[in-house]
This record gives sequence, C-alpha cells and structure tokens, in this order.
Amino acid sequence: MEKIQFRLSGTGGQGLITAGIILGEAAVLDNKEVIQTQSYGPEARGGASKAEVIISNDEIFYPKVSVPDFLLTMSQEAAKKYGQEIKEGGIILVDSSMVSNFENPQAKIIEIPITKLAREEIGKNFVANIIALGAIVGITKIVTFESLKEAVLNRIPTGSEEINIKALELGLQWGSM
Amino acid sequence: MTDKKARLLQGNHACTLGALAAGVRFYAGYPITPSTEIAEIMSEELPKLGGKFIQMEDEIASMACILGASLTGKKVLTASSGPGISLKQENIGFAAMTEIPCVIVNVQRLGPSTGGPTSPAQGDIMQARWGTHGDHPIIALCPSSVKECFDLTVTAVNFTEKYRVPVYLMLDEIVGHMREKVVLPNPEELELVERKKPTCAPHEYKPYATDESLIPEMADFGTGYKWHVTGLFHDETGFPSNSSQVAERLMSRLMNKIEKYKDEICMWEEIQTDDAELLLVAYGCTARSAQEAIKLLRAEGIKIGLFKPKTIWPFPELPLEKLAQQAKHVIVPEMNLGQLYYEIDRICKDKAQVSGLFKANGELITPGEIIAKVKEVLS
Repeated sequence: MEKIQFRLSGTGGQGLITAGIILGEAAVLDNKEVIQTQSYGPEARGGASKAEVIISNDEIFYPKVSVPDFLLTMSQEAAKKYGQEIKEGGIILVDSSMVSNFENPQAKIIEIPITKLAREEIGKNFVANIIALGAIVGITKIVTFESLKEAVLNRIPTGSEEINIKALELGLQWGSM
Repeated sequence: MTDKKARLLQGNHACTLGALAAGVRFYAGYPITPSTEIAEIMSEELPKLGGKFIQMEDEIASMACILGASLTGKKVLTASSGPGISLKQENIGFAAMTEIPCVIVNVQRLGPSTGGPTSPAQGDIMQARWGTHGDHPIIALCPSSVKECFDLTVTAVNFTEKYRVPVYLMLDEIVGHMREKVVLPNPEELELVERKKPTCAPHEYKPYATDESLIPEMADFGTGYKWHVTGLFHDETGFPSNSSQVAERLMSRLMNKIEKYKDEICMWEEIQTDDAELLLVAYGCTARSAQEAIKLLRAEGIKIGLFKPKTIWPFPELPLEKLAQQAKHVIVPEMNLGQLYYEIDRICKDKAQVSGLFKANGELITPGEIIAKVKEVLS
C-alpha cells in the first residue's frame, strides 16, 4: 500500500483530533505505519481546525500531509479553507448537513449528512466524528472494521459503548453505499 | 508501564515515559506550549510511583526546585519552551558549576521572545550551548522521532547522573506533538545509570575531590554528609576560593569531563552515506524531511546521504569530518537562520562546499525545498 494522506477538517469541538487519533490507532492495530498530527492554537477553539493522519506500509518520514488523498470537511469554514487542496482524483467526504454549495472538480465528492444523522438517528450530536470515521472506513477500507471498532472502544468513556458502535456502524453503512 | 505492543504515542508522552522508566521521580515546572503535555502526564504518573510533581510559581523557581531535589538524590527533570528556557539560564549555569545532575527538556517553538507558541522551530541550538554565561560544560540531545523521544530521554537521564553535567533534550513542536507508531522496550531491558556516591565516613567527605574519572562522588543531602554548594569557584571542600589556581583547576576539570567522555556522549546516525557525494546534515524534525528528500533523490540516481547527529553538544565532529572528505557538497537544512550551520561549516569547509537551507517562519522545511536546494547546488 502506498502512503495515504487523510485530512479531517471542521470546527474545534467536533472531535476531529480524537477521530484522527482513533483512525491512527486502528491503523496500528492493523500493523500499518502511521503518523498523526494536528493544528493547535487559536485554530483549536472554533474557526477551521484540522487533524491529519498518514497511513502506509512503509516507514513515514515527512510527518505532515503535503496534499491529501482524502479530505473530510465538516464545517463551511473548513470547506472554504481546505476544500480546494486535494490530490487529483482524491476523495472529499462532505458533511452535507453542515456544508452547502461545495464544489471541487478535481475530486470525487461524497455527501453524507453526518451531523444530522448523529442528531436524528443516534440522538447525540457528539457522535458525529464517530459516524464520520465509520464512513471514512466504508469508503476507503483503509483499516479493517474490527480494528476501527476496537480503537473506538479503547478511546471512549465507559457507558457510551452502545451509542458509539451504533454510530460507527451507521457511518460504515452510509460510506459503503 | 510499558509493554511490548505497538501503540500510537505522542512525542511529549514518550519523553515522559522515558523519564519515568529512567528513574526520574521529581518534576518541577511551569507549563508552556508546546511542552505542556510533559507536565500534565508527569502530574498524573509521578504520584503513582511515589514521586513528586510540583507546579512552581515560575520557570526560575522550577529550575531551582529540581536542583534542590537532585541534591537529595532524586533523578530530576523539567520541561519548557523558549521563553521558559531563557528564564532558567541562571540556574542551568549553577547546575553546571555545582555539578548537580538535571535534565532540561526544551520543546522548541518559534522565537525570539514569546514568538510563536504553536509553531515549530530549531532556534535554540546555540542557546543550549551558550545560553548561560561563562565557559561551562553542557550536553544536548536531539530526537527526530517518537521512539527517539523515549530512548534519548533515558540516555539524557543516564548522562546527567553519570557525568554530573546538565543535559538538554531538544525536542521541537513537531516531534513533541506528533503521534507515531512505536514499540517501547520493557523497563528491564533498559540500562540505567546511578550516580556515584561516597563510601567514606561523613566527616571525611570532600564533595569535589576527584580521581582520574574527573567526576566527584555525590552525597545525598539528609544522609549525614554535610557539604557546601556554591556557584562561586570552589575547591575540593566545596567552599569558595579566590585563588586563580583553584579557578583554573575547576574550570579545566568541568570542561574536561566532556572532552574525556566525548566518544561515549556523541551519538549520530549515517543514512545512505556509503557512496554519498552529497551529504545532508539534519537533526530533529528536519531530519525527517531530509530522509524523505533522500528517498526521492535516490530514485533519480543522485548519490545523497544523511548525517543525523543525535548528540548536538558536544558535536560529533570526527565522524562528520570523515564523511565530508568523500562528499563534494554538504547541505545543512535547519529551522533557524543558521546556527548549527556554522559549527558544520567549521568542521567541513576544507573538505567540501557547505551550504545552508534556513527557514524560521514556523513551518517545517519540506522535502521539496531540500530537493530544490540540492538541485541548485548540483547545477
């Protein structure tokens, strides 16, 4: 497998850094090489924020995403800031309940109403990041679903297993469509 | 604490685990971005191991506090970044003069002054060497991966306990904050160094008497050994002296501690250097960009390699000199406006053409920028 570069973008508070860490931990469980980085500072509180994950079979040297193969965008501002930076033929997953009028002719765009699904199907806004993770893995198969599930369960507070797994499966289902 | 399973770990976290595995049981500090995770994790983990964590009122006090703890026999560490490291300088000099073991982690951010709190930089390389006044011994180690953050923290603690010289661990915002897959060694696999303690009776103890090792035996405060600790020039008894002979003898012993053990202290890696006509010299996060650039340039048939110092002070001079003899060009990418470059130029200038690639805007030097510089040098 070649090096695959993910950029997860949205607003501070949407749990994208946690999502990046979970994706990275799932890749470790699959015995892949992985580096995860994030933007800090004023960006981390509101505004456009991002987490980056690079997954590869070979050793990864340069730790930052140069041009992403896969972009998740979960806010209008993040879509504006990062939406045009994508590899030719890359994939952009757009949270259609948060981002409108998004275009990028270079990429394959997949629209899923992630935040709306979290609110209406699960009843908790905060699982939007977990739905997004399920969708990412449904679309890319970058890690096995078993590893993803294990990585989620390792990170979430006790007592929230059921809704998180439900969210993950819902995301996977939408991503696999 | 650690098991032999691959895990995703942050550089600052790995540094903390390395410190705990090496036996650090006392931390005093004042949190500052991008080093804060080290203080946070220490505050959670140290009490579980019977250790102590203190958040002090400022950076100067933090440095003083770890020195006091070290005098009682504890292995100690503090972490900070540029503005805090500047404040610690007076007491770092005191540690060098009084030979109190201590590790200072500097997770470098863009300076000068408060600069860029969340921006990576390598601007404190010369500060590590000469930040405090007067000639003094210092050791500085520089990791470029999460695994090296663990390993070199263990080494830093060992070095400071063995040589009684302050040891800097020079991380940067990238290496400190990124998460990477690592497999950590089991604690029993680590070789740990304990400081040499006196065997004589307390009333016979001369705290700064040395044999050919040049390293005096250090008694723990509170165990009946009484001694005087001063930043003034002092003789074997530890008491101040105005004698120029005493000053000269102490100064030369302090500096010779580094000289004598240079071969043990200097660590470096040579990557694809066997046939290298072009040599990159890079450390910390920049070494990663260099390795990526080498991978791409080698694919084009360019014979290029990397010299990666893990010890930056004292600088591993001889191995670099040897490599420079076979190379036509040496390029030094660093995230400052030329610091280690001058040391490397001094070592290599009679053997190869030395150029720098400098950047100090809070962004990592990219492999593309290194490739462009290589092509410029080759044209």
